[in-house]
Amino acid sequence: MAAISRSDTQSINENGSFLSNIKWGKILLWIFIALMVFITAFPFYWVLRTALVMPKTVFSDPRSFFPPDPTLFNFQRVLGMIDPTTLVGQDANNISAGTINFWVYLRNSFIVSALITFGQTIFSTMAAYAFARMKFPLRNQIFFIYLTSLMIPGIVLTIPNFVLIRQLGWIGTFQGIVAPAFLMSPFAVFFMRQFFLSLNKDLEEAAVLDGATVFGVFWRIAVPLIQGPILTLALLTFVASWNEYLWPFLVGRDENVRVLTVALNVFQSQTPQGAPDWAGLMAGTVVGIVPTIVLFIFFGRRVVDSIQFSGFK
Amino acid sequence: MATFSSTGPAQQVNTGFFSKIANNEKILGFLFILPSLIGFTAFFAIPAARSVVISFHSWNLLTDAKFIGLENYQTIFADDRFWRSLTITLTYVVWNIPIQTALAVFIAVILDKMSQSSLLRGIMILPWLMPNVIVALLFVWLLDPSLGIVNIVLQFFGIPRQGFFGDPNQAIASIAGVNTWRHMGYNAILIYAGLKTIPKTLYEAATVDGANTWVQFRKLTLPLLRPVLAFVVITTVIGSFQIFDTIAVATQGGPAGATRTIIYYIYEQVFERRINMGVATAACVVLFVILVTITIIQNRFFNAGRSDLADYS
Repeated sequence: MAAISRSDTQSINENGSFLSNIKWGKILLWIFIALMVFITAFPFYWVLRTALVMPKTVFSDPRSFFPPDPTLFNFQRVLGMIDPTTLVGQDANNISAGTINFWVYLRNSFIVSALITFGQTIFSTMAAYAFARMKFPLRNQIFFIYLTSLMIPGIVLTIPNFVLIRQLGWIGTFQGIVAPAFLMSPFAVFFMRQFFLSLNKDLEEAAVLDGATVFGVFWRIAVPLIQGPILTLALLTFVASWNEYLWPFLVGRDENVRVLTVALNVFQSQTPQGAPDWAGLMAGTVVGIVPTIVLFIFFGRRVVDSIQFSGFK
Repeated sequence: MATFSSTGPAQQVNTGFFSKIANNEKILGFLFILPSLIGFTAFFAIPAARSVVISFHSWNLLTDAKFIGLENYQTIFADDRFWRSLTITLTYVVWNIPIQTALAVFIAVILDKMSQSSLLRGIMILPWLMPNVIVALLFVWLLDPSLGIVNIVLQFFGIPRQGFFGDPNQAIASIAGVNTWRHMGYNAILIYAGLKTIPKTLYEAATVDGANTWVQFRKLTLPLLRPVLAFVVITTVIGSFQIFDTIAVATQGGPAGATRTIIYYIYEQVFERRINMGVATAACVVLFVILVTITIIQNRFFNAGRSDLADYS
């Protein structure tokens, strides 16, 4: 609420010379906000609009704001509810020849993201607590090395990791896609450590006096107190794994482990050149966006707040 | 850290093996970080070192690696495509960072003044939550030369159709535009959070002293935002140097190599041309050195560790 009173005091001051300009200034600023919201939201609308029309309509009427003759045909197609063989000949010019059963890719994305979120959140939280509260040899040195690794560009690690996964024979497997992110990420450890450090020690000390073990203090006192940040970390990790492209593309090209982001790009590259299957592609895109939107509707405020926090790490 | 002294006075009587571990900080602390340490060693520390080692070898993954000293580095420094990829990456950063940061500051300041709505901030952050692949696909469609809505609108206003991704002169700027769209809201939220930390009394004092809104912004807001701005700029610059997903989907490095950035160059060395692990990792090492140098310079420039707020207290 601070900012409201601040802008009030400012406008009182400015009223001295710009009495009539204030109103116009406010209107201009609101127009700017509206424009930014439009620029942000319109592409999403246009994807939906394109996904809701028949493939041939995309070419015959690319400009009307509302979808002409809306249909769920593309979604049925993309989700494998229509037998692809019946599509041959019909709209043949611009229907992707690629496999279009997105259920498999959706499932794969869920498996990969859920596993990474589960492992990374648990193990990073444990490590973060140890770094924040426990005393053991080399604690600060190890943490410092973790921190330094935040500086290394991803590609430096991607290539040797690809070689390692290949040597393990894990190319084309879920464990190959999940492994590098399953046990930790330096950011997650750092993020959680900040929250443990911010906890008031009194509660934990009281628990020790009451006879709780070190593990008991962690499990029954500290973890319940930072449930919120743990959920935040889980959300951010889920979204990040869901969005990952290069690594699952390198390690999981096989169709049985292919995730949605990789599948969408394969789908695009298989679509006929010159007359791409835009309607099908956009239906696939909507399918890929929906899980994030659902998470966002339930946890949006938490995500926004935690991003605001992460700037001050 | 006397909190968890394992010889505390009010200890439970510990007899079993597990309860002994549960109360020994040294052992428990080590057990807590063990999973993360395994993950870190296997997928961060060793790969980083291995990248450097591979860069001194000639290796195509199929035959044994052969030590060749600095030859890989000589190869990339003699490769025109490498230098061009650096130029292209720099061009991208120069298109991307100033516009993106300026827009973000502008949006943040306006949001801070006009509206505290978390729904509005939620909408602004939505693009950042989307996979790069989906954002890229979305814009390939919106910017399509013949059917894309952007070109249709341009034509409506009498502006000739633009090639965007298909035009060698516009491709890299288009990629930068897409990423500005994806990141401006996210950066605005970070800066917005920074604005909230500036005490409103400072503005009141400035108002009393007769400073107008613009002077307040320049002399008060911008300097006090420096830590957040430093965070935003340093992380987005590091991120921009590693642009890959958008290019892999939208242009595949084309047209005519116009969007072959440094990561795409590295990617081609491993996965598209003759497999050349040594050259790829040598380029990784060079990129790492460039990033560390740029980060150190930026840290100096922003004086990032220090907040001007101290001067006012």
